[in-house]
Amino acid sequence: MAAVLETAGLTKSFGGIVAVDDVTVAIRPGEIVGIVGANGAGKTTFVNLITGYLAPDRGRITYLGRNITARPPQEVTRSGIARSFQIPQICRSLTVLENVLIALAAREGRGLRAWGPLATPGRERQALEVLGPFGLREHARRPVGELPEGGLKLLDVAMSAALQPKLLLMDEPTSGVSSKEKFGVMETLLRVLEEQQVTVIFVEHDMDVVTRYARRVLAFVEGKVLADGPPDEVLAEPAVRKAVLGLA
Amino acid sequence: MTRALGATLGLLALALGLGFVLPEWVVFVLTLALAKGLAVLSVVLLMYAGLVSFGQGLFFAGSAYAAGFAIKLWGVEEALVAVGLGVATGTAIAALAGLLLARYREIFFAMLSLALSMIFYGILIKAYWVTGGSDGLSIPAPRVLGFALAGAELRATLYALTASCAAAAVYLAHRYMHSPLGYAAQAVRDNEVRVEYLGVSVARAVYLIYLVAGGLAGLGGVLVALNVGHIEPHLAYWTTSGEFVFIALLGGTGNVFAPFGGAIVYEFVRTYAFKYSPYTWQMTLGVIMLGIILFMPGGLWTIYRAVERKVHQWRPSSRPLA
Repeated sequence: MAAVLETAGLTKSFGGIVAVDDVTVAIRPGEIVGIVGANGAGKTTFVNLITGYLAPDRGRITYLGRNITARPPQEVTRSGIARSFQIPQICRSLTVLENVLIALAAREGRGLRAWGPLATPGRERQALEVLGPFGLREHARRPVGELPEGGLKLLDVAMSAALQPKLLLMDEPTSGVSSKEKFGVMETLLRVLEEQQVTVIFVEHDMDVVTRYARRVLAFVEGKVLADGPPDEVLAEPAVRKAVLGLA
Repeated sequence: MTRALGATLGLLALALGLGFVLPEWVVFVLTLALAKGLAVLSVVLLMYAGLVSFGQGLFFAGSAYAAGFAIKLWGVEEALVAVGLGVATGTAIAALAGLLLARYREIFFAMLSLALSMIFYGILIKAYWVTGGSDGLSIPAPRVLGFALAGAELRATLYALTASCAAAAVYLAHRYMHSPLGYAAQAVRDNEVRVEYLGVSVARAVYLIYLVAGGLAGLGGVLVALNVGHIEPHLAYWTTSGEFVFIALLGGTGNVFAPFGGAIVYEFVRTYAFKYSPYTWQMTLGVIMLGIILFMPGGLWTIYRAVERKVHQWRPSSRPLA
Protein backbone atom coordinates (compact mmCIF):
# COMPACT_ATOMS: atom_id res chain seq x y z
CA MET A 1 0.00 0.00 0.00
CA ALA A 2 1.38 3.43 -0.94
CA ALA A 3 2.55 5.53 1.99
CA VAL A 4 0.55 8.54 3.16
CA LEU A 5 3.69 10.23 4.40
CA GLU A 6 7.33 9.59 3.67
CA THR A 7 10.40 11.33 4.96
CA ALA A 8 13.81 10.77 3.39
CA GLY A 9 17.02 11.83 5.13
CA LEU A 10 15.19 14.48 7.14
CA THR A 11 17.67 16.55 9.13
CA LYS A 12 17.35 19.66 11.28
CA SER A 13 19.98 21.28 13.47
CA PHE A 14 19.82 24.13 15.95
CA GLY A 15 23.36 25.49 16.18
CA GLY A 16 25.56 22.53 17.01
CA ILE A 17 22.67 20.30 18.13
CA VAL A 18 21.22 17.95 15.53
CA ALA A 19 17.57 17.70 16.64
CA VAL A 20 16.44 15.43 13.80
CA ASP A 21 19.16 13.39 12.18
CA ASP A 22 18.69 11.70 8.80
CA VAL A 23 15.21 10.33 9.55
CA THR A 24 13.67 8.14 6.87
CA VAL A 25 10.23 6.70 7.60
CA ALA A 26 7.06 5.78 5.70
CA ILE A 27 3.61 5.95 7.26
CA ARG A 28 0.90 3.80 5.67
CA PRO A 29 -2.79 4.76 5.47
CA GLY A 30 -4.81 4.05 8.60
CA GLU A 31 -1.80 3.53 10.84
CA ILE A 32 -1.77 4.84 14.41
CA VAL A 33 1.84 5.63 15.09
CA GLY A 34 3.20 6.60 18.49
CA ILE A 35 6.46 8.54 18.70
CA VAL A 36 8.40 8.08 21.94
CA GLY A 37 11.67 9.43 23.19
CA ALA A 38 13.28 11.30 26.04
CA ASN A 39 13.08 15.10 26.25
CA GLY A 40 15.15 16.61 23.45
CA ALA A 41 15.07 13.42 21.36
CA GLY A 42 13.63 15.30 18.39
CA LYS A 43 9.97 14.17 18.52
CA THR A 44 8.33 17.58 18.41
CA THR A 45 10.92 18.89 15.93
CA PHE A 46 9.99 15.98 13.65
CA VAL A 47 6.30 16.97 13.90
CA ASN A 48 7.19 20.63 13.33
CA LEU A 49 9.15 19.72 10.20
CA ILE A 50 6.29 17.70 8.71
CA THR A 51 3.71 20.40 9.44
CA GLY A 52 5.80 23.22 8.05
CA TYR A 53 6.47 25.02 11.32
CA LEU A 54 10.18 24.47 10.69
CA ALA A 55 12.08 23.99 7.44
CA PRO A 56 14.55 21.08 7.33
CA ASP A 57 18.25 21.62 6.64
CA ARG A 58 18.25 18.51 4.46
CA GLY A 59 15.89 15.82 3.33
CA ARG A 60 12.50 15.51 1.75
CA ILE A 61 8.93 15.14 2.98
CA THR A 62 6.41 13.53 0.63
CA TYR A 63 2.69 13.47 1.36
CA LEU A 64 0.51 11.34 -0.94
CA GLY A 65 3.26 11.49 -3.55
CA ARG A 66 3.62 15.30 -3.38
CA ASN A 67 6.71 17.05 -2.14
CA ILE A 68 5.69 19.25 0.79
CA THR A 69 9.17 19.96 2.12
CA ALA A 70 9.38 23.41 3.77
CA ARG A 71 5.88 24.39 2.67
CA PRO A 72 4.23 26.89 5.06
CA PRO A 73 1.75 25.56 7.67
CA GLN A 74 -1.36 26.88 5.93
CA GLU A 75 -0.37 25.14 2.70
CA VAL A 76 0.46 21.87 4.48
CA THR A 77 -2.89 22.06 6.27
CA ARG A 78 -4.80 22.71 3.05
CA SER A 79 -3.14 19.67 1.51
CA GLY A 80 -4.80 17.45 4.17
CA ILE A 81 -2.40 17.31 7.13
CA ALA A 82 -3.71 18.65 10.43
CA ARG A 83 -2.09 18.89 13.83
CA SER A 84 -2.96 19.40 17.44
CA PHE A 85 -0.67 20.78 20.10
CA GLN A 86 0.80 19.91 23.47
CA ILE A 87 -0.72 23.16 24.75
CA PRO A 88 -4.14 23.42 23.04
CA GLN A 89 -4.08 26.17 20.43
CA ILE A 90 -7.57 27.57 20.36
CA CYS A 91 -9.19 30.98 20.22
CA ARG A 92 -10.00 31.69 23.81
CA SER A 93 -12.21 34.75 23.33
CA LEU A 94 -14.66 32.72 21.24
CA THR A 95 -17.12 29.99 22.10
CA VAL A 96 -16.52 26.30 21.46
CA LEU A 97 -18.92 26.42 18.51
CA GLU A 98 -17.28 29.51 16.97
CA ASN A 99 -13.88 27.82 17.07
CA VAL A 100 -15.21 24.91 15.04
CA LEU A 101 -17.16 27.21 12.70
CA ILE A 102 -13.92 29.01 11.82
CA ALA A 103 -12.33 25.65 11.04
CA LEU A 104 -15.27 24.66 8.84
CA ALA A 105 -15.16 27.95 6.91
CA ALA A 106 -11.42 27.43 6.42
CA ARG A 107 -12.02 23.92 5.07
CA GLU A 108 -14.53 25.34 2.57
CA GLY A 109 -11.90 27.86 1.44
CA ARG A 110 -14.12 30.67 2.79
CA GLY A 111 -12.13 31.48 5.88
CA LEU A 112 -11.46 35.04 4.70
CA ARG A 113 -14.83 35.99 3.24
CA ALA A 114 -15.86 39.44 4.36
CA TRP A 115 -19.50 38.97 3.44
CA GLY A 116 -22.13 36.53 4.64
CA PRO A 117 -22.32 35.17 8.18
CA LEU A 118 -19.88 32.66 9.60
CA ALA A 119 -22.67 30.93 11.47
CA THR A 120 -24.91 29.74 8.67
CA PRO A 121 -27.50 27.11 9.68
CA GLY A 122 -25.72 24.49 7.56
CA ARG A 123 -22.32 25.26 9.05
CA GLU A 124 -23.76 25.26 12.60
CA ARG A 125 -25.28 21.84 11.99
CA GLN A 126 -21.94 20.53 10.73
CA ALA A 127 -20.11 22.06 13.69
CA LEU A 128 -22.44 20.35 16.15
CA GLU A 129 -21.90 17.08 14.26
CA VAL A 130 -18.14 17.54 14.64
CA LEU A 131 -18.45 18.33 18.36
CA GLY A 132 -20.87 15.46 19.09
CA PRO A 133 -18.46 12.51 19.08
CA PHE A 134 -15.98 14.49 21.19
CA GLY A 135 -18.65 14.99 23.85
CA LEU A 136 -18.53 18.77 23.38
CA ARG A 137 -21.93 19.31 21.79
CA GLU A 138 -23.58 20.36 25.05
CA HIS A 139 -20.74 22.85 25.63
CA ALA A 140 -21.04 24.38 22.14
CA ARG A 141 -22.29 27.79 23.31
CA ARG A 142 -19.88 28.06 26.22
CA PRO A 143 -16.79 30.28 26.11
CA VAL A 144 -13.68 28.18 25.57
CA GLY A 145 -12.21 29.41 28.88
CA GLU A 146 -14.86 27.47 30.81
CA LEU A 147 -13.70 24.07 29.50
CA PRO A 148 -11.49 21.81 31.65
CA GLU A 149 -8.02 20.87 30.31
CA GLY A 150 -9.32 17.57 28.89
CA GLY A 151 -12.08 19.49 27.09
CA LEU A 152 -9.54 21.89 25.61
CA LYS A 153 -7.51 18.95 24.27
CA LEU A 154 -10.63 17.49 22.70
CA LEU A 155 -11.59 20.83 21.17
CA ASP A 156 -8.07 21.25 19.78
CA VAL A 157 -8.42 17.91 18.00
CA ALA A 158 -12.05 18.58 17.06
CA MET A 159 -10.93 21.72 15.21
CA SER A 160 -8.38 19.63 13.33
CA ALA A 161 -10.98 16.92 12.67
CA ALA A 162 -13.32 19.57 11.24
CA LEU A 163 -10.77 20.04 8.47
CA GLN A 164 -11.32 16.39 7.47
CA PRO A 165 -7.60 15.66 7.25
CA LYS A 166 -6.10 12.46 5.88
CA LEU A 167 -3.24 12.66 8.37
CA LEU A 168 -3.34 14.07 11.90
CA LEU A 169 -0.29 14.71 14.04
CA MET A 170 -0.97 15.09 17.76
CA ASP A 171 1.72 16.42 20.08
CA GLU A 172 1.29 14.88 23.52
CA PRO A 173 -2.50 14.55 23.45
CA THR A 174 -2.69 13.53 27.12
CA SER A 175 -0.26 16.02 28.64
CA GLY A 176 -1.98 18.21 31.19
CA VAL A 177 -4.91 15.79 31.32
CA SER A 178 -5.52 14.07 34.67
CA SER A 179 -4.64 10.37 34.89
CA LYS A 180 -8.36 9.66 35.33
CA GLU A 181 -9.22 11.48 32.10
CA LYS A 182 -6.34 10.44 29.84
CA PHE A 183 -7.64 7.05 28.65
CA GLY A 184 -11.10 8.51 28.10
CA VAL A 185 -9.63 11.35 26.05
CA MET A 186 -7.51 8.97 23.94
CA GLU A 187 -10.37 6.55 23.39
CA THR A 188 -12.65 9.36 22.27
CA LEU A 189 -10.02 10.81 19.96
CA LEU A 190 -9.00 7.56 18.33
CA ARG A 191 -12.56 6.27 17.95
CA VAL A 192 -13.55 9.41 16.05
CA LEU A 193 -10.37 9.49 13.98
CA GLU A 194 -10.57 5.79 13.10
CA GLU A 195 -14.20 6.25 12.04
CA GLN A 196 -13.05 9.03 9.73
CA GLN A 197 -10.16 6.84 8.47
CA VAL A 198 -7.58 9.38 9.53
CA THR A 199 -3.98 8.24 9.77
CA VAL A 200 -2.63 9.32 13.15
CA ILE A 201 0.85 10.09 14.41
CA PHE A 202 1.06 11.04 18.07
CA VAL A 203 3.95 12.07 20.25
CA GLU A 204 3.57 10.71 23.78
CA HIS A 205 5.56 10.40 26.99
CA ASP A 206 3.07 8.15 28.75
CA MET A 207 4.02 4.57 27.88
CA ASP A 208 0.67 3.21 29.14
CA VAL A 209 -1.03 5.35 26.50
CA VAL A 210 1.46 4.31 23.82
CA THR A 211 1.21 0.57 24.46
CA ARG A 212 -2.56 0.72 24.64
CA TYR A 213 -3.31 2.83 21.56
CA ALA A 214 -0.38 2.85 19.11
CA ARG A 215 -0.19 0.08 16.49
CA ARG A 216 3.36 1.08 15.63
CA VAL A 217 6.01 2.94 17.59
CA LEU A 218 8.95 5.05 16.46
CA ALA A 219 11.53 5.44 19.22
CA PHE A 220 13.60 8.61 18.83
CA VAL A 221 17.02 8.90 20.43
CA GLU A 222 19.21 11.94 19.79
CA GLY A 223 17.34 12.81 16.63
CA LYS A 224 17.49 9.34 15.10
CA VAL A 225 14.88 6.60 14.88
CA LEU A 226 16.42 3.93 17.09
CA ALA A 227 13.59 1.42 16.70
CA ASP A 228 10.45 1.10 14.58
CA GLY A 229 7.80 -1.58 14.98
CA PRO A 230 4.92 -2.85 17.12
CA PRO A 231 4.83 -1.30 20.62
CA ASP A 232 5.62 -4.45 22.59
CA GLU A 233 8.67 -5.20 20.43
CA VAL A 234 10.03 -1.65 20.35
CA LEU A 235 9.55 -0.99 24.05
CA ALA A 236 11.17 -4.34 24.88
CA GLU A 237 14.40 -3.53 23.04
CA PRO A 238 17.23 -2.99 25.54
CA ALA A 239 18.51 0.17 23.78
CA VAL A 240 15.04 1.73 23.88
CA ARG A 241 14.48 0.67 27.48
CA LYS A 242 17.71 2.37 28.41
CA ALA A 243 17.48 5.55 26.31
CA VAL A 244 13.74 6.18 26.40
CA LEU A 245 12.48 4.54 29.55
CA GLY A 246 15.64 5.02 31.61
CA LEU A 247 15.66 1.32 32.57
CA ALA A 248 18.80 -0.75 32.68
CA MET B 1 -35.13 42.91 8.67
CA THR B 2 -32.35 42.00 11.11
CA ARG B 3 -32.08 43.66 14.50
CA ALA B 4 -28.81 45.37 13.52
CA LEU B 5 -30.31 46.82 10.35
CA GLY B 6 -33.35 48.01 12.30
CA ALA B 7 -31.16 49.66 14.94
CA THR B 8 -28.99 51.28 12.25
CA LEU B 9 -31.98 52.66 10.34
CA GLY B 10 -33.58 53.84 13.60
CA LEU B 11 -30.44 55.75 14.59
CA LEU B 12 -30.11 57.16 11.07
CA ALA B 13 -33.70 58.41 11.23
CA LEU B 14 -32.96 59.94 14.65
CA ALA B 15 -29.79 61.60 13.34
CA LEU B 16 -31.59 63.00 10.30
CA GLY B 17 -34.46 64.22 12.47
CA LEU B 18 -32.06 65.95 14.86
CA GLY B 19 -30.60 67.74 11.86
CA PHE B 20 -33.88 69.67 11.55
CA VAL B 21 -34.19 70.72 15.18
CA LEU B 22 -30.68 71.25 16.50
CA PRO B 23 -28.81 74.54 16.10
CA GLU B 24 -26.61 74.69 13.02
CA TRP B 25 -23.34 74.66 14.98
CA VAL B 26 -24.39 71.53 16.85
CA VAL B 27 -25.25 69.82 13.57
CA PHE B 28 -21.81 70.76 12.25
CA VAL B 29 -20.09 69.28 15.31
CA LEU B 30 -22.23 66.15 14.87
CA THR B 31 -21.21 65.98 11.20
CA LEU B 32 -17.52 66.10 12.08
CA ALA B 33 -18.04 63.55 14.84
CA LEU B 34 -19.76 61.10 12.48
CA ALA B 35 -17.05 61.53 9.84
CA LYS B 36 -14.31 61.00 12.42
CA GLY B 37 -16.31 58.10 13.83
CA LEU B 38 -15.68 56.28 10.54
CA ALA B 39 -11.92 56.54 11.05
CA VAL B 40 -12.37 55.47 14.68
CA LEU B 41 -14.40 52.48 13.50
CA SER B 42 -11.46 51.53 11.29
CA VAL B 43 -9.19 51.66 14.38
CA VAL B 44 -11.65 49.44 16.28
CA LEU B 45 -11.78 46.88 13.46
CA LEU B 46 -7.99 46.69 13.54
CA MET B 47 -8.10 46.32 17.33
CA TYR B 48 -10.35 43.29 16.87
CA ALA B 49 -7.40 41.70 15.07
CA GLY B 50 -5.06 42.74 17.90
CA LEU B 51 -3.56 45.59 15.86
CA VAL B 52 -3.27 49.17 17.07
CA SER B 53 -2.72 51.69 14.30
CA PHE B 54 -1.32 55.12 15.04
CA GLY B 55 -1.39 55.88 11.33
CA GLN B 56 -5.02 56.00 10.22
CA GLY B 57 -4.38 59.66 9.40
CA LEU B 58 -2.61 58.36 6.28
CA PHE B 59 -5.90 57.19 4.75
CA PHE B 60 -7.88 60.02 6.29
CA ALA B 61 -5.65 62.65 4.69
CA GLY B 62 -4.94 60.69 1.51
CA SER B 63 -8.63 60.42 0.70
CA ALA B 64 -9.35 63.99 1.68
CA TYR B 65 -6.62 65.23 -0.67
CA ALA B 66 -7.74 62.86 -3.46
CA ALA B 67 -11.26 64.28 -3.22
CA GLY B 68 -9.89 67.81 -2.93
CA PHE B 69 -7.77 67.44 -6.07
CA ALA B 70 -10.67 65.81 -7.91
CA ILE B 71 -13.00 68.70 -7.13
CA LYS B 72 -10.55 71.57 -7.36
CA LEU B 73 -8.24 70.47 -10.16
CA TRP B 74 -9.99 67.79 -12.20
CA GLY B 75 -13.46 69.29 -12.32
CA VAL B 76 -15.31 66.60 -10.41
CA GLU B 77 -18.41 68.33 -9.06
CA GLU B 78 -20.51 65.53 -7.64
CA ALA B 79 -20.06 64.82 -3.91
CA LEU B 80 -20.99 61.15 -4.31
CA VAL B 81 -18.23 60.69 -6.90
CA ALA B 82 -15.80 62.33 -4.48
CA VAL B 83 -16.97 59.99 -1.71
CA GLY B 84 -16.42 56.96 -3.96
CA LEU B 85 -13.02 58.30 -4.93
CA GLY B 86 -12.14 58.79 -1.25
CA VAL B 87 -13.01 55.20 -0.34
CA ALA B 88 -11.09 53.92 -3.37
CA THR B 89 -8.07 56.04 -2.45
CA GLY B 90 -8.08 54.86 1.17
CA THR B 91 -8.31 51.24 0.01
CA ALA B 92 -5.59 51.73 -2.61
CA ILE B 93 -3.20 53.31 -0.10
CA ALA B 94 -3.93 50.43 2.29
CA ALA B 95 -3.27 47.96 -0.53
CA LEU B 96 0.22 49.42 -0.91
CA ALA B 97 1.05 50.05 2.75
CA GLY B 98 -0.45 46.69 3.72
CA LEU B 99 2.19 44.86 1.72
CA LEU B 100 4.67 46.01 4.35
CA LEU B 101 2.50 46.29 7.45
CA ALA B 102 0.76 42.91 7.21
CA ARG B 103 4.06 41.31 8.22
CA TYR B 104 4.30 43.16 11.52
CA ARG B 105 2.44 43.03 14.83
CA GLU B 106 2.19 44.87 18.13
CA ILE B 107 4.49 47.88 18.64
CA PHE B 108 6.16 47.39 15.25
CA PHE B 109 2.82 47.61 13.46
CA ALA B 110 1.85 50.65 15.52
CA MET B 111 5.11 52.49 14.89
CA LEU B 112 5.35 51.60 11.19
CA SER B 113 1.78 52.80 10.61
CA LEU B 114 2.73 56.02 12.40
CA ALA B 115 5.89 56.35 10.31
CA LEU B 116 4.00 55.99 7.01
CA SER B 117 1.46 58.64 7.97
CA MET B 118 4.27 61.01 9.02
CA ILE B 119 6.08 60.43 5.71
CA PHE B 120 2.85 61.39 3.96
CA TYR B 121 2.54 64.43 6.23
CA GLY B 122 6.05 65.48 5.20
CA ILE B 123 5.19 65.12 1.51
CA LEU B 124 2.04 67.24 1.96
CA ILE B 125 4.05 69.96 3.70
CA LYS B 126 6.93 69.99 1.21
CA ALA B 127 4.99 69.65 -2.07
CA TYR B 128 3.39 73.05 -1.49
CA TRP B 129 3.08 73.88 -5.20
CA VAL B 130 0.50 71.07 -5.44
CA THR B 131 -0.82 70.71 -1.90
CA GLY B 132 -0.66 74.29 -0.70
CA GLY B 133 1.87 73.28 1.97
CA SER B 134 0.92 73.92 5.58
CA ASP B 135 -1.90 76.26 4.46
CA GLY B 136 -3.65 73.43 2.65
CA LEU B 137 -6.26 73.86 -0.04
CA SER B 138 -9.78 75.19 -0.11
CA ILE B 139 -12.30 72.96 -1.85
CA PRO B 140 -15.21 74.44 -3.81
CA ALA B 141 -18.67 73.37 -2.72
CA PRO B 142 -19.65 70.15 -4.51
CA ARG B 143 -22.99 69.35 -6.10
CA VAL B 144 -25.05 66.71 -4.35
CA LEU B 145 -26.98 64.37 -6.66
CA GLY B 146 -26.53 67.00 -9.36
CA PHE B 147 -28.01 69.84 -7.29
CA ALA B 148 -25.91 72.95 -6.77
CA LEU B 149 -26.56 73.94 -3.15
CA ALA B 150 -25.14 76.62 -0.93
CA GLY B 151 -25.17 77.86 2.66
CA ALA B 152 -27.43 76.13 5.18
CA GLU B 153 -28.99 73.90 2.51
CA LEU B 154 -25.60 72.54 1.49
CA ARG B 155 -24.53 72.01 5.10
CA ALA B 156 -27.76 70.17 5.93
CA THR B 157 -27.43 67.99 2.82
CA LEU B 158 -23.81 67.14 3.57
CA TYR B 159 -24.84 66.28 7.13
CA ALA B 160 -27.48 63.91 5.76
CA LEU B 161 -24.87 62.41 3.41
CA THR B 162 -22.41 61.96 6.28
CA ALA B 163 -25.02 60.39 8.54
CA SER B 164 -26.11 58.05 5.72
CA CYS B 165 -22.50 57.02 5.04
CA ALA B 166 -21.94 56.43 8.76
CA ALA B 167 -25.10 54.31 8.95
CA ALA B 168 -24.10 52.28 5.90
CA ALA B 169 -20.61 51.79 7.35
CA VAL B 170 -22.03 50.68 10.71
CA TYR B 171 -24.26 48.10 9.05
CA LEU B 172 -21.51 46.83 6.75
CA ALA B 173 -19.06 46.69 9.65
CA HIS B 174 -21.61 44.71 11.67
CA ARG B 175 -21.95 42.24 8.78
CA TYR B 176 -18.18 42.09 8.47
CA MET B 177 -17.75 41.34 12.20
CA HIS B 178 -20.08 38.35 11.86
CA SER B 179 -18.46 37.16 8.62
CA PRO B 180 -15.67 34.57 8.42
CA LEU B 181 -13.12 37.39 8.01
CA GLY B 182 -14.47 39.19 11.10
CA TYR B 183 -14.08 36.03 13.18
CA ALA B 184 -10.71 35.34 11.56
CA ALA B 185 -9.63 38.77 12.86
CA GLN B 186 -10.48 37.72 16.41
CA ALA B 187 -8.78 34.38 15.85
CA VAL B 188 -5.63 36.16 14.65
CA ARG B 189 -5.69 38.27 17.84
CA ASP B 190 -6.16 35.15 20.01
CA ASN B 191 -3.89 32.65 18.33
CA GLU B 192 -2.06 33.11 15.04
CA VAL B 193 -0.57 29.61 15.19
CA ARG B 194 -4.01 28.02 15.22
CA VAL B 195 -5.18 30.18 12.33
CA GLU B 196 -2.21 29.04 10.22
CA TYR B 197 -2.99 25.42 11.14
CA LEU B 198 -6.55 25.84 9.94
CA GLY B 199 -5.13 26.48 6.50
CA VAL B 200 -5.68 30.24 6.61
CA SER B 201 -2.87 32.67 5.84
CA VAL B 202 -2.55 35.11 8.75
CA ALA B 203 -0.64 37.61 6.59
CA ARG B 204 -3.47 37.56 4.03
CA ALA B 205 -6.09 37.95 6.77
CA VAL B 206 -4.27 40.96 8.24
CA TYR B 207 -3.86 42.45 4.76
CA LEU B 208 -7.60 42.16 4.04
CA ILE B 209 -8.52 43.63 7.44
CA TYR B 210 -6.13 46.49 6.73
CA LEU B 211 -7.84 47.12 3.38
CA VAL B 212 -11.23 47.34 5.07
CA ALA B 213 -9.80 49.73 7.68
CA GLY B 214 -8.15 51.85 4.98
CA GLY B 215 -11.40 52.20 3.04
CA LEU B 216 -13.33 53.20 6.17
CA ALA B 217 -10.78 55.79 7.30
CA GLY B 218 -10.70 57.10 3.73
CA LEU B 219 -14.47 57.54 3.78
CA GLY B 220 -14.15 59.56 7.00
CA GLY B 221 -11.44 61.74 5.48
CA VAL B 222 -13.34 62.63 2.35
CA LEU B 223 -16.46 63.49 4.36
CA VAL B 224 -14.46 65.84 6.58
CA ALA B 225 -12.98 67.47 3.47
CA LEU B 226 -16.41 68.00 1.90
CA ASN B 227 -17.96 69.35 5.10
CA VAL B 228 -15.12 71.64 6.15
CA GLY B 229 -14.32 72.76 2.60
CA HIS B 230 -10.64 72.86 3.41
CA ILE B 231 -7.87 70.25 3.56
CA GLU B 232 -4.53 70.59 5.29
CA PRO B 233 -1.54 68.35 6.14
CA HIS B 234 -2.63 68.19 9.78
CA LEU B 235 -5.10 65.50 8.70
CA ALA B 236 -2.10 63.16 8.32
CA TYR B 237 -0.28 64.34 11.45
CA TRP B 238 0.28 61.85 14.26
CA THR B 239 -2.00 63.75 16.63
CA THR B 240 -4.92 63.12 14.26
CA SER B 241 -4.19 59.38 14.23
CA GLY B 242 -3.69 59.47 18.00
CA GLU B 243 -7.05 61.20 18.36
CA PHE B 244 -8.73 58.25 16.59
CA VAL B 245 -7.13 55.80 19.03
CA PHE B 246 -8.12 58.09 21.93
CA ILE B 247 -11.75 58.12 20.75
CA ALA B 248 -11.70 54.34 20.21
CA LEU B 249 -10.74 53.86 23.85
CA LEU B 250 -13.20 56.52 24.98
CA GLY B 251 -16.12 54.97 23.12
CA GLY B 252 -15.12 51.38 23.68
CA THR B 253 -14.55 48.55 21.29
CA GLY B 254 -17.56 46.48 22.24
CA ASN B 255 -19.75 47.31 19.28
CA VAL B 256 -19.77 48.98 15.87
CA PHE B 257 -21.90 51.84 17.26
CA ALA B 258 -19.43 52.59 20.07
CA PRO B 259 -16.88 54.53 17.94
CA PHE B 260 -19.60 56.98 16.88
CA GLY B 261 -20.81 57.44 20.47
CA GLY B 262 -17.23 58.07 21.49
CA ALA B 263 -16.66 60.51 18.62
CA ILE B 264 -19.79 62.52 19.43
CA VAL B 265 -18.89 62.78 23.13
CA TYR B 266 -15.28 63.65 22.23
CA GLU B 267 -16.21 66.41 19.79
CA PHE B 268 -18.60 68.08 22.23
CA VAL B 269 -16.24 67.76 25.20
CA ARG B 270 -13.46 69.21 23.07
CA THR B 271 -15.66 72.05 21.84
CA TYR B 272 -16.73 73.03 25.36
CA ALA B 273 -13.27 72.43 26.86
CA PHE B 274 -11.79 74.69 24.20
CA LYS B 275 -14.45 77.34 24.84
CA TYR B 276 -14.14 77.45 28.63
CA SER B 277 -10.50 76.51 28.99
CA PRO B 278 -8.69 77.39 25.74
CA TYR B 279 -5.19 76.91 27.14
CA THR B 280 -5.77 73.69 29.04
CA TRP B 281 -8.37 71.89 26.95
CA GLN B 282 -5.97 68.99 26.29
CA MET B 283 -5.62 68.57 30.05
CA THR B 284 -9.39 68.30 30.37
CA LEU B 285 -9.42 65.54 27.75
CA GLY B 286 -6.51 63.83 29.50
CA VAL B 287 -8.34 63.82 32.83
CA ILE B 288 -11.43 62.37 31.15
CA MET B 289 -9.34 59.62 29.52
CA LEU B 290 -7.70 58.86 32.86
CA GLY B 291 -11.13 58.51 34.43
CA ILE B 292 -12.35 56.26 31.62
CA ILE B 293 -9.33 53.95 31.85
CA LEU B 294 -9.52 53.75 35.65
CA PHE B 295 -13.24 53.40 36.13
CA MET B 296 -14.63 52.29 32.76
CA PRO B 297 -11.95 50.32 30.89
CA GLY B 298 -14.54 49.14 28.38
CA GLY B 299 -15.21 52.77 27.39
CA LEU B 300 -18.51 54.62 27.31
CA TRP B 301 -20.14 51.58 25.69
CA THR B 302 -20.00 50.04 29.17
CA ILE B 303 -22.75 52.47 30.20
CA TYR B 304 -24.98 51.21 27.40
CA ARG B 305 -24.24 47.61 28.41
CA ALA B 306 -25.13 48.36 32.05
CA VAL B 307 -28.41 49.98 31.04
CA GLU B 308 -29.14 47.09 28.69
CA ARG B 309 -28.52 44.58 31.48
CA LYS B 310 -30.94 46.44 33.75
CA VAL B 311 -33.59 46.45 31.02
CA HIS B 312 -32.90 42.78 30.39
CA GLN B 313 -33.47 41.99 34.08
CA TRP B 314 -36.64 44.01 34.06
CA ARG B 315 -37.86 42.51 30.76
CA PRO B 316 -36.47 38.94 30.47
CA SER B 317 -37.68 38.52 26.89
CA SER B 318 -35.35 41.24 25.56
CA ARG B 319 -32.08 40.16 23.97
CA PRO B 320 -28.79 42.06 24.07
CA LEU B 321 -27.71 43.69 20.81
CA ALA B 322 -24.94 41.59 19.25
